[in-house]
Amino acid sequence: MKNFYTILFLLSLIFGFQLNTNAAEKVEYLKTDWSFKGLFGKFDRSALQRGYQVYTEVCSSCHSMKYLSYRNLAEKGGPEFTESQAKAIAASFEVKDGPNEDGDMFTRPGKLSDKFVMPYENVKAAQAANGGAYPPDMSVLVKARGGGVDYIYSLLQGYEDPPVGITLDEGVYYNKYMYGNKIKMANQLSDGLVEYADGTNATVEQMSKDVTTFLMWAAEPHLESRHQMGFKAIVYLIILTILVYFSMKRIWSRIETKV
Amino acid sequence: MSDQEYNPKSKFGKWFNDRLPLLTLANHLTDYPTPKNLNYWWTFGGILTFCLITQIVTGLVLAMHYIAHADMAFDSVEHIMRDVNYGWLIRYIHANGASMFFLAVYIHIFRSLFYGSYKAPREIIWIIGIVIYLLMMAAAFMGYVLPWGQMSFWGATVITNLFSAIPLVGEGIVTWLWGGYSVDNPTLTRFFTLHYLIPFLILGLVVLHIWALHVPGNNNPIGIDIRKPSKDTVPFHPYIVIKDGFALLMFMIVFAFFVFYTPNILGHADNYIEADPLVTPAHIVPEWYLLPFYAILRSVPDKLLGVVAMLSAIFILAALPWLDTSKIRSAVFRPLYRQFYWILVADVLILGYVGAMPAEGLYLLIARVATAYYFLHFLVILPVLGFKEKTLPIPLSITEPIMSGSPNLATAKNKESSNI
Repeated sequence: MKNFYTILFLLSLIFGFQLNTNAAEKVEYLKTDWSFKGLFGKFDRSALQRGYQVYTEVCSSCHSMKYLSYRNLAEKGGPEFTESQAKAIAASFEVKDGPNEDGDMFTRPGKLSDKFVMPYENVKAAQAANGGAYPPDMSVLVKARGGGVDYIYSLLQGYEDPPVGITLDEGVYYNKYMYGNKIKMANQLSDGLVEYADGTNATVEQMSKDVTTFLMWAAEPHLESRHQMGFKAIVYLIILTILVYFSMKRIWSRIETKV
Repeated sequence: MSDQEYNPKSKFGKWFNDRLPLLTLANHLTDYPTPKNLNYWWTFGGILTFCLITQIVTGLVLAMHYIAHADMAFDSVEHIMRDVNYGWLIRYIHANGASMFFLAVYIHIFRSLFYGSYKAPREIIWIIGIVIYLLMMAAAFMGYVLPWGQMSFWGATVITNLFSAIPLVGEGIVTWLWGGYSVDNPTLTRFFTLHYLIPFLILGLVVLHIWALHVPGNNNPIGIDIRKPSKDTVPFHPYIVIKDGFALLMFMIVFAFFVFYTPNILGHADNYIEADPLVTPAHIVPEWYLLPFYAILRSVPDKLLGVVAMLSAIFILAALPWLDTSKIRSAVFRPLYRQFYWILVADVLILGYVGAMPAEGLYLLIARVATAYYFLHFLVILPVLGFKEKTLPIPLSITEPIMSGSPNLATAKNKESSNI
């Protein structure tokens, strides 16, 4: 037992040392209270709807979300637009379809079953339009970045003038949360950029939070049912464990051995 | 297999059992005499069986929806996560299940090391266990490649490239493994095939592992040979079944917490970026359970010798029954071995830790010292310890130190309670 504690102590020293060195290199991400964290975490519906608005009006001109369909917008656990709203949203996009009976491709208004329309035909076209940098697909973006939601939230607000001594090339911007501080996406958000349908004041901070919430849902559309099921599953397991514990005690009481 | 003859009561049972003695087998399994002093570290065998079955069942469902093609694998995983009913649950159980499996197997292995379960007459059980462990690593590595994310692709590239270290034929072997000149679609399809095959090989070996165990019977915390059945043993059912069940439920609570609340914490964020052969990630790291061996690999400056060191680190375990020269099994009665055991545990944890860090500066130095110590433990310390160590007196039976006024009583009891 004593040895065990000695080892724990040594390990904590090492890990403590590591945390210190990390803190020196990394910047602290901006913090905000996310409604979807914690045992009962749920998405804030209106934040998701506002976030979708920011995505369509700002991000979607460069960033695709190829794994999402318009029907998802009306599904439970998401922004929960009404079905008619989601249909209207889908219909506002032109979708390429075909070939028809004459063998020609044609465009038609979007349907619920369509995937989100992509801003560019392909990766090459996206790169060509963005100075060689490919604006990443945002469907699972928050899961594909080390800091997750905090990182995205901070990055959107992390633009500032480069410190003295750092010169930036054409089309490169300084962001204090970006890995290496150089980012090819210009600052996109400014106060009042979008006009929220629900009247919320569209500050940069508000828009960052809303769009990040939306991205979290996009990456984890089943997060709410996961949390609900998880809580039930764990409570069930704990009760069963207690029952089995007492059964075990009872069975082992037949012989004179501790269990 | 069974020590005593079993006679089914029903006529049909007898008729059937004479032709295929399944009832005799069932009787052997329920009556199997188990030492009654087994502690909770012994429940991990059952937990591991549960892990294997969970992986096979969830894996089967995933395979129904997954598409093993370089252009579609990543999309099909997202399809499972979004559109397949409870697909997210199945996939998160499978992905976290791999980590839980390794967590349990490491506890199982280190339990064996502490109580000397690998010693005669249990060498075959131990060696089968090492083969299972090797296959688990292969299965886990190939499974990690299947989602075709950035870490999948680059992990596969790094690990398969290790074979190129073999003189003369190395490059040829790598091309053969890849089915081309880089990790690509042929690599993915063969990895999928093997990832599907290996669990069933493991299942077969698990049967052998348990069969070999049932010949000498379980080792136990005081590591002495016991007569069975005797007052030192209890029948497997219901005593051990309920105890294993209780431990399994505790394990499942931890498992469920990972699956439902932090399903991605054990994975790497880069694996949610689709594989891109033109973009190399900043740090290529394997899954946590392979990190100690990754650290050993990188601590040797020469590629070939690094591979040799990494493989030796695993294969040396197979020779353990002969490297450990002590006649006493349990560390409870080996005061010196007990110290070295905990140092080894710390050493492996340190190796795992530096394996996740960049191989440079202080980290590289620590990795080298820890690697050297790892081999020192098995090649020098263990063999010498067997001759030099002054062991404590061991009790004659499990019940003896408690029942009678034996002179060993005080020592045996104190030692047992002071450990873990």
